[in-house]
Amino acid sequence: MKESIRLYGRYVSIHVKTIMEYKVSFLLTAIAQFMVSFNVFLGVFFMFQRFSAVGGFTYSQVLLCYSIFLMEFSLAECVARGFDTFSSMVRKGEFDRIMVRPRGLVLQVLGSRFELTRFGRMLQALVMFVYGIRGSDVAWNVPKAITIVFMLAGGTALFFGIFLVGAALCFFTLEGLEVMNIFTDGAREYGKYPVGVYGKRLLQFCTFVVPYGLVQYYPLLYLLDKRTQAWYVSLPLLAFLFLIPCYGLWRVGVRKYQSAGS
Amino acid sequence: MKKYLSFFRLRFVMGLQYRTAAWAGVATQFVWGGMEIAVFRAFYEAEPERFPMTFQATVNYIWLQQAFLALFAAWLLENEIFESIRDGNIAYEMCRPLRIYPMLFVRGGAVRTSKAVLRCLPILVFASAAPDPYRLSPPAHGGTMCFFVLTMILGTLVTVAFGTLIYVITFFTISAQGLRLLVTSVMDFFNGSIIPIPFFPPGMRIVMELLPFAAMQNVPLRIFSGELTGERAIGAFVLQVLWLVVLVILGDRLMKRAEKKLSVQGG
Repeated sequence: MKESIRLYGRYVSIHVKTIMEYKVSFLLTAIAQFMVSFNVFLGVFFMFQRFSAVGGFTYSQVLLCYSIFLMEFSLAECVARGFDTFSSMVRKGEFDRIMVRPRGLVLQVLGSRFELTRFGRMLQALVMFVYGIRGSDVAWNVPKAITIVFMLAGGTALFFGIFLVGAALCFFTLEGLEVMNIFTDGAREYGKYPVGVYGKRLLQFCTFVVPYGLVQYYPLLYLLDKRTQAWYVSLPLLAFLFLIPCYGLWRVGVRKYQSAGS
Repeated sequence: MKKYLSFFRLRFVMGLQYRTAAWAGVATQFVWGGMEIAVFRAFYEAEPERFPMTFQATVNYIWLQQAFLALFAAWLLENEIFESIRDGNIAYEMCRPLRIYPMLFVRGGAVRTSKAVLRCLPILVFASAAPDPYRLSPPAHGGTMCFFVLTMILGTLVTVAFGTLIYVITFFTISAQGLRLLVTSVMDFFNGSIIPIPFFPPGMRIVMELLPFAAMQNVPLRIFSGELTGERAIGAFVLQVLWLVVLVILGDRLMKRAEKKLSVQGG
């Protein structure tokens, strides 16, 4: 385990060095990332110029929700980008090379990419987070601070799982499944509002199938004192359970893998 | 003219080849539309009196936007063209007995229409069969429908003319990265992709409706919804024609200047 972490650290440092060789390109991509989610923010901003609340949430509460969700997504994408671009790895036959090395498969795929450009988005999320916190008068205490940490951890794990599923499916289809975008980019886009806003059925889906609600909606209710039961604090951690079926699918895929490309 | 028409057909048929990608697009657009409507519904339920258009009109707007996304999407610019301007391969295109501006224009139009043709029907059919508050319902009058089709063609032409202008500007800047970034986000914001233009505050809305970006998807979608009618619709239509003429003349002039002092990169 310790050695794996050290190895991953080496991977990351190499990637950072590479990125720093192309500073302009890095900066432009970071700005592009920033712009995309900034436009989403503008949409929220102008809707609240007209309306005062949505589903019982005010403007700054929505911002708080969106910022945390965006951080979760950016963290996961930063780390798990290797899964996101996994289809090309399979098609080019690079995965064969990975399989013959005496190290974990997941670790090596993760190490193949590291997206520092996602910090453009992270920065925006942080600004919104500060603004959201100041505007929604959260009465801070230790459990609430812990809730936020759990949200970030659970949310990163959830998106990590989704990226893992997307990669695992490449074993069967050999090409990237664009439909997976619904669960990644779609979630990033529509996670701007608390999931409960979208209606009961979608909330059920986001609780039991792909548990976005566990890392976004429910803990948010606790943060805003709409719910006071202590067990709400631990809900985001349940999202880690989502990783089990995801990893299972990955294992099935690896076993079934028959190599492709040259 | 015949040359350009056959060039259009060539590119159009090429675009029709990507059918699997189109199905993925349909699924994505369908989910996007449903989510978008759910958001607006949540806002509507809380404060219906603050809605600038009827709920049905909003639903129609969103479904059509998703169905015809390829016609108006800001990001739909071809990497291949930017690449060829950068690496000099565009020189081959310039050897042909075709003028480069109309060729780029036709190509842009063909890419957009072929993508839209593949995607729009399933979305329109599903949306018309959706359960009640989510259902797409066509306008009652045949006249509105005709006017919708007319403004839709114009809106597409304006979008294509704008995209072509971006290609032309790339002849001067060579690197398209920054420009492209800026243009897509500005265009997304001002053409009503993020939220429909009527939802913006009144002061901003007046300015936005005069910009070329409002002459793209904004006009046809709102005419179909029944939100834009009478004199205001005619005014919007006139603006569309005006912007189309301005953008085409501007693009063509700039292209001529670029052709005169063009230096081809690379070998």
